[in-house]
Amino acid sequence: MATPVKVYGPPMSTAVSRVLACLLEKDVNFQLIPVDMSKGEHKKPDYLKIQPFGQVPSFQDESISLFESRAICRYVSEKYANQGNKRLYGTNPLEKASIEQWLEAEGQSFNPPSSALVFQLAFAPRMKLKQDLGVIKQSEEKLAKVLDVYEQRLGESRFLAGDEFTLADLSHLPNTQYLVSVTEKGEMFTKRKNVGRWWSEISGRDSWKKVVDLQKAPPPKSA
Amino acid sequence: MALDENVLEKGILNVTPSLQTVNTQAPQPSFLHSHTLKISLFVSLLPNPAVMAVLKVHGSPFSTATMRVVSALYEKGLQFEFVSIDMKVGQHKSEAFLALNPFGQVPAFEDGDLKLFESRAITQYIAHEYASNGTQLICPDSKKMAIMSVWMEVEAHQYDPHAAKLCFELCIKPMLGLTTDPAAVEDLEAKLGKVLDVYEARLTQSKYLGGDCLGLADLHHLPTLHYLLGSSAKKLFDSRPHVSAWVADITARPAWAKVIAMQKS
Repeated sequence: MATPVKVYGPPMSTAVSRVLACLLEKDVNFQLIPVDMSKGEHKKPDYLKIQPFGQVPSFQDESISLFESRAICRYVSEKYANQGNKRLYGTNPLEKASIEQWLEAEGQSFNPPSSALVFQLAFAPRMKLKQDLGVIKQSEEKLAKVLDVYEQRLGESRFLAGDEFTLADLSHLPNTQYLVSVTEKGEMFTKRKNVGRWWSEISGRDSWKKVVDLQKAPPPKSA
Repeated sequence: MALDENVLEKGILNVTPSLQTVNTQAPQPSFLHSHTLKISLFVSLLPNPAVMAVLKVHGSPFSTATMRVVSALYEKGLQFEFVSIDMKVGQHKSEAFLALNPFGQVPAFEDGDLKLFESRAITQYIAHEYASNGTQLICPDSKKMAIMSVWMEVEAHQYDPHAAKLCFELCIKPMLGLTTDPAAVEDLEAKLGKVLDVYEARLTQSKYLGGDCLGLADLHHLPTLHYLLGSSAKKLFDSRPHVSAWVADITARPAWAKVIAMQKS
């Protein structure tokens, strides 16, 4: 049996959960290694060796060390193409091109405003930081425009890249989960008919439910 | 708009009064009106244009995202048609353009029936689909490609957010008659500086950002680099020796010179 791959970082991190969702979709065994961010572990020299920007996640398997969640997802999807969900990263160049297009749209258009809202509305209060109402308003306006495009697209296509659930949809799970479950901005998704239908489908997948369970599990006790 | 001798030598200038994509077959030399006609530039890079599916880029030669795609096409030595999108009159928000990119942003790309948007998805498609043409921009080895993919994400998520905003403050605002915000510039330069510190360390161990060979991870930086090098932010690159050498190397590439030349025609 293959050695489990290693993922460094807390599952509550959106980027970490993106990688976990992908590993679960591909039936890849993994070991989740805690990084205590409250103690600044991610900024210490030992960690910076594997992730020079001091962010989570980072990833290791027997042959390679990687970071950037979407790069890790692409690597895992390619390396384990023949197991788990085989349609996750497309089975031909045309499918892949469409997946890459929507994965880039997620990274460039969806992620900035949705990440900002997740930080302002879900994390800042926990961290006792002051919320920036200007950022919240601007981010909500930007995100609404993006979701209008998604609403149109998802009226023409079951999932973003086509008829199958792919990495492009998966990449949206982490931020949306926070917005829908712990903020009042969830309506932005659920009130749009096609986006709401799509959110139900993708968040209802077994792999994502397992990630949500991992996020709810109590953090490991520090050594 | 003046006729550029270089353009006539190199290829065929098609002129059309409509917004539709251009018939790229026989040349139709004719009179030229300045702003009312949409000009489609058919760039022939081969002495004998071969029969291929028509590659089209819809965009602006000044848009960083458009330049990113065009640089990949030039590196690959691929023929393509450039359809100019006039953003000053909101052409990128027209129904015809939204059918190509529902986000209303340039560029949009066509390869026969395939339509794509998002510059970094387009360059990846070009690099894979035309792997045997021109410069190799991806790695056939899967581990090396994974490493390059990491640094492509770094460009997109660590470098570009600050670089693009800095471009806006230092280069775009003056063009639009707006005032640069010095506090914003200071903040962005500090943030970009931290990213470039990581690049400096990386480039002491690796000739190019993505690995030993030049690839998309390096190329994707060129458009914002080009603007920042013409601004006070140049010092951020000059002050880091390995970054500086890398910048000098990639900006000197002949294919990149062709991208810049499009801004002058």
